[in-house]
Amino acid sequence: MKVLLFGIAKDIIGASEFEVPAQPKHPSTVKELKDVLVVLFPEFGTLSSLAIAINSEYAEENALLHSTDEIAIIPPVSGG
Amino acid sequence: MNLERYTRQTQLKEFGLEAQKKLSEAKVLVIGAGGLGVPALTYLNAMGVGTLGIVDSDVVSLSNLHRQVSYYENEVGESKVSSLIKKLQAQNSATNLIPHHTFLSTENALAIIAAYDVVLDASDNFPTRYLVNDACVILKKPFVYGALHSFEGQVSVFNFEDGPTYRCIFPTMPNPAEIPNCNENGVLGVVPGIIGNLQALEVVKVITGIGEALSGKFLLFDGLSQNYRKINFKKVAGNDAIIHLKDSYEFSCEIGGSAITSQELTELLKKEDLQVIDVRTDAEYQQFHLEEAIHIPLSALERKLEAINYSKDIYVICQSGIRSQKAIQLIGAFKPNATLINVDGGMNKLNRYALR
Repeated sequence: MKVLLFGIAKDIIGASEFEVPAQPKHPSTVKELKDVLVVLFPEFGTLSSLAIAINSEYAEENALLHSTDEIAIIPPVSGG
Repeated sequence: MNLERYTRQTQLKEFGLEAQKKLSEAKVLVIGAGGLGVPALTYLNAMGVGTLGIVDSDVVSLSNLHRQVSYYENEVGESKVSSLIKKLQAQNSATNLIPHHTFLSTENALAIIAAYDVVLDASDNFPTRYLVNDACVILKKPFVYGALHSFEGQVSVFNFEDGPTYRCIFPTMPNPAEIPNCNENGVLGVVPGIIGNLQALEVVKVITGIGEALSGKFLLFDGLSQNYRKINFKKVAGNDAIIHLKDSYEFSCEIGGSAITSQELTELLKKEDLQVIDVRTDAEYQQFHLEEAIHIPLSALERKLEAINYSKDIYVICQSGIRSQKAIQLIGAFKPNATLINVDGGMNKLNRYALR
């Protein structure tokens, strides 16, 4: 499961893409994916606002994930 | 309207004289005369937008010049709005240029925005962005959003023809500790030029109806890979039902405590011996700092809380005034009775007055 990273999410993981480990199991919803990220990278726990897109469509917390989906993590950015 | 001036765009059959006329009759408000506002205003002015309002109360600083390309070395310390209007007037004498020498606030947002057709959000902080959204929803004005993070940018058109708003993609405002801004994080000079110009293009589409505006689409730009990616998103029920601005758009974690501006701090330092804690990183501190400052980086603060004299007032400073708020929370939690004063604007603002 490939995740594309933007903004501060890219800075936290230190790469523009991230392969979510299949073990112990693939996250099946957006909510589960967020939980996995917090476990792997605790700094995600401090982000209160994070948009997730599945195959270029904005996704709600309960949206289902499939292993072939392209997921994007889009934090808000403020700079101008 | 001088037709010859705009020939190269009116000869485009999709644009034509009709679109040019719409531009000349349009009133566009640009909020922020910084990295995004400068390129957006330069092109909107060149293309013949009839009325351009500019909201900003900042002055030019040396560290603006690498990206805010209309400001010159000899203008450091001058009002951005005044400096920019001088150049825009010389660039296109037909434009009605309206200066708003203020920052957008809950007191003035509705009155200022009401006089315009389209808003271009070129601000640099979350409170202003959420204020712009809510005011535009209340007034039913479309607004073109653009924002930056290092080599990346985001662009979208919100609240346009019953389309989604900023809150449909980012429902609630993040707190300042979690997302750094350009002053803390840095930005490559040309990136705001690209994003500001994409915003100007969207403004032209909104006004004239040509092409397809980025409504319901969220554009992500990555300068390092030259990737553009569009995310589709939908309107969330209720987000267009805002009828009043919030009482405050300040960050929720901002303590109710006191604050002074950098300028006030410099004045006080001339008269008194103050305890100033500088919580920036080693590298930032080495670059320049106040002689009086005690350096305790935010990352080391928890371990060094004993180094602070709690019988004296504690002024906390960082680069832009945001990390200092976090430090104040930390110190306040350790010593609830401490007198803590945030230095608003931080070293960025101080630099102009004290170290210029």
